[in-house]
Amino acid sequence: MENIRNQTKIFFLRILNIPFAFLMHAIDLIMWPIQKIIGVRNMPYIFLLPNLIFFGLFVIIPLGANFFFSLSSGDELLFAERELPTTKQYDQLFDCESYLNPNTCTEDFFWRGVYNTIFFVVFQVGLMIFFSVLTAVILNKKIIGRGFFRSVFFFPVLLSPVVVGLIWQWILLKNGAFNAIIESYGGDKISFLTDPSWAMASVIFVSIWAHMGFYTLIVLAGLQAIPPNLYEAAEMDGTSRERIFFRITLPLLMPNLLVVFILASIKGVQTFDEIYVLTGGGPGTSTSLIVQYIFTTGFASSGSVQNFGLAAAASMVLGVVLLFLTLMQLYFSRNKESKHQEI
Amino acid sequence: MNFKFILKAISVALVSFSLTLISAVSFAATDVRIMWYGDGDKENVPIAAQIDEFNAANPDINVILDIVPYDAIMNTLPIQLAAGEGPDIARVTDLGGLNKYYADITPYVADPSYYEKSFGPFLNWYRKPGDTTSIHGFHSTMTVTGPYVNKTLFEQAGVDLLGPGATWEEWAAVSIEVAEKTGTPIPMAWDRSGHRVSGPAISMGAKYFDSNGDPKLVDDGLKAMTQMLYDWHQAGTMSKDLWGSVSGSKYHAPNDWWNAAEVVFMMSGSWQIGRFANEVGDDFDWWAVPAPCGPAACTGMPGGNALLAFNANPAVGKVMDYLSSKEQLSSFIGQVLAIPGHLDLQVDYQTDDPNAKHALNTFAGAVPTIDQVAFDLQAHVDNRIMFNAIISRLGQAIVGEMTMEEAWTRMDEDVEKQLKEKYGG
Repeated sequence: MENIRNQTKIFFLRILNIPFAFLMHAIDLIMWPIQKIIGVRNMPYIFLLPNLIFFGLFVIIPLGANFFFSLSSGDELLFAERELPTTKQYDQLFDCESYLNPNTCTEDFFWRGVYNTIFFVVFQVGLMIFFSVLTAVILNKKIIGRGFFRSVFFFPVLLSPVVVGLIWQWILLKNGAFNAIIESYGGDKISFLTDPSWAMASVIFVSIWAHMGFYTLIVLAGLQAIPPNLYEAAEMDGTSRERIFFRITLPLLMPNLLVVFILASIKGVQTFDEIYVLTGGGPGTSTSLIVQYIFTTGFASSGSVQNFGLAAAASMVLGVVLLFLTLMQLYFSRNKESKHQEI
Repeated sequence: MNFKFILKAISVALVSFSLTLISAVSFAATDVRIMWYGDGDKENVPIAAQIDEFNAANPDINVILDIVPYDAIMNTLPIQLAAGEGPDIARVTDLGGLNKYYADITPYVADPSYYEKSFGPFLNWYRKPGDTTSIHGFHSTMTVTGPYVNKTLFEQAGVDLLGPGATWEEWAAVSIEVAEKTGTPIPMAWDRSGHRVSGPAISMGAKYFDSNGDPKLVDDGLKAMTQMLYDWHQAGTMSKDLWGSVSGSKYHAPNDWWNAAEVVFMMSGSWQIGRFANEVGDDFDWWAVPAPCGPAACTGMPGGNALLAFNANPAVGKVMDYLSSKEQLSSFIGQVLAIPGHLDLQVDYQTDDPNAKHALNTFAGAVPTIDQVAFDLQAHVDNRIMFNAIISRLGQAIVGEMTMEEAWTRMDEDVEKQLKEKYGG
């Protein structure tokens, strides 16, 4: 009986295997002559080729086109109709009497975007790391409903930035939900989104709310990787909780925090959509970041000249910043790997 | 024998298939794609009905109506056109700004003189400088900028409405008085738009062009109006929450506050009539009032939207003839409660709302009083560059990012910079 069952199983597996075998033979028919010509050692390049073609088509070629756009001028979209080459866009971008005062720059919107981005990234990343660690430490403890709370903190990450922007706009508007609560307690309405001194704080808060869950998860993974015997030894020595945190938890979390820092910085520099929905970059330009400048200059000029060249030059500058941050991440992650190997 | 039979069968099948294919291609309807933005169902439903009617009557043409947001017309359409793509026809408000893409449909319309007779003054708004003959499309609706007041609030406050000839300062003063007496939070609200600022600025004496007809934005007239707007924001006559909620040259209308009766005086334009009739309903009485005066004039800005062609062929010509016909335009304008861009059109407005009727009369009566500078500005190919410079820099000054002196300098620099980028030099 057992034998019949096994034979039936093998029979069906063979039948199921027929299409795969057919497919593999078909691939072999193509690959075999190629391998004959270029040799086994070079075959990995053939397997990488489809991916490289897509990467080239959608990343490398646009990157090159962006570079050439940044060296051209005019309001035409097609290269053939543009004035080329010229460094005019870069000259215009960096033409400043004082880089510390955007009002003295020809492209003051760009420099306001630069300063707003720096301010946003410094505070958003700093506060995000602080709250991520705090949340992860709490969620790492054996509290009631731990799984539920972990999900709750992660849910905003799943939302589209436009949805995040709209939800918080309804809450923070002058006639929004939050002001209704303030008013019901006898307070005055606050212009969270339209007062320059409140707008940036609101934008940073919303951004932290939306992204903190992801970074909390990374920190949580780091916390769970710390060997429990270190804590047991410290407790046996009578070490205080603060000392345990600062001398054991934090140093051992450092590699994770570094990853969080660099990933959050890259994401922070690229921020656009949720702020665009929430404040539109206003009031004035107080929450307008570099990416919004690029978008507005190149694509959303509402009837003004669509300056593709200037937008391309600004995105090249942004690209350099992002490249620097990415190299930093690579350097530190490789450093971490080599240390692990030494251990 | 069998083999021959199979060959014959295959040949017959191939020939039949080819014939079917050829006939399908020959009799396929020509597609005409229209990119349309509408002010909600009020405009979208009537145009969709007209297109359905056209398609039913013309099986050889298939008109596809793409209803898009206004932003797509302002920002996406120019990029599509620059890339050599885009629709056959679009409803456009940047009338001169896209003129290099318009196609001349003169050979394809049934009667070119009808367009000259019916839309004459507007046709030049679409044409390239120097061109006096091309036909690119027609004015779908004409608009005039001007203010509305919440009449109910005036009555509750016991304050009389001002008549023709009242100045901007006088309107601001009575709006503040009404707001104070009725506890209304916002005395005045304006659309955040350089176009809206321009009529009042011309009333204050702004000329917009130098003696050669080239753009020269900042002068004493523009300074006077923009300073007034700045002061009103600082004094609380206008709320910073409205213009402060966006940045750059982004348009923002205060309709939500108006509909909630939180605004005494709203500066907008005739295109709001249908919307107010639907959204305000019986909540309060609203009236359009004549454009307030400055030392130079009492003018609003003309404007409107046009259906313009980007491809010229017989099908596009036929669609244009149909939509621009007196019958179709009259039906459309009557439903959307707008001012016709057609010079000889009897419209039976389909509304019983006395506020809407009064507003239609007020705005129609305002057309002859529009200043020539306003017409010249509206017809100028680069007017958007000036409108955007005004609103983005004034917006920055209002929130304290620069002084008004710096804003005026920047307005001129912005215009100069963009014209250089566009025309070289």
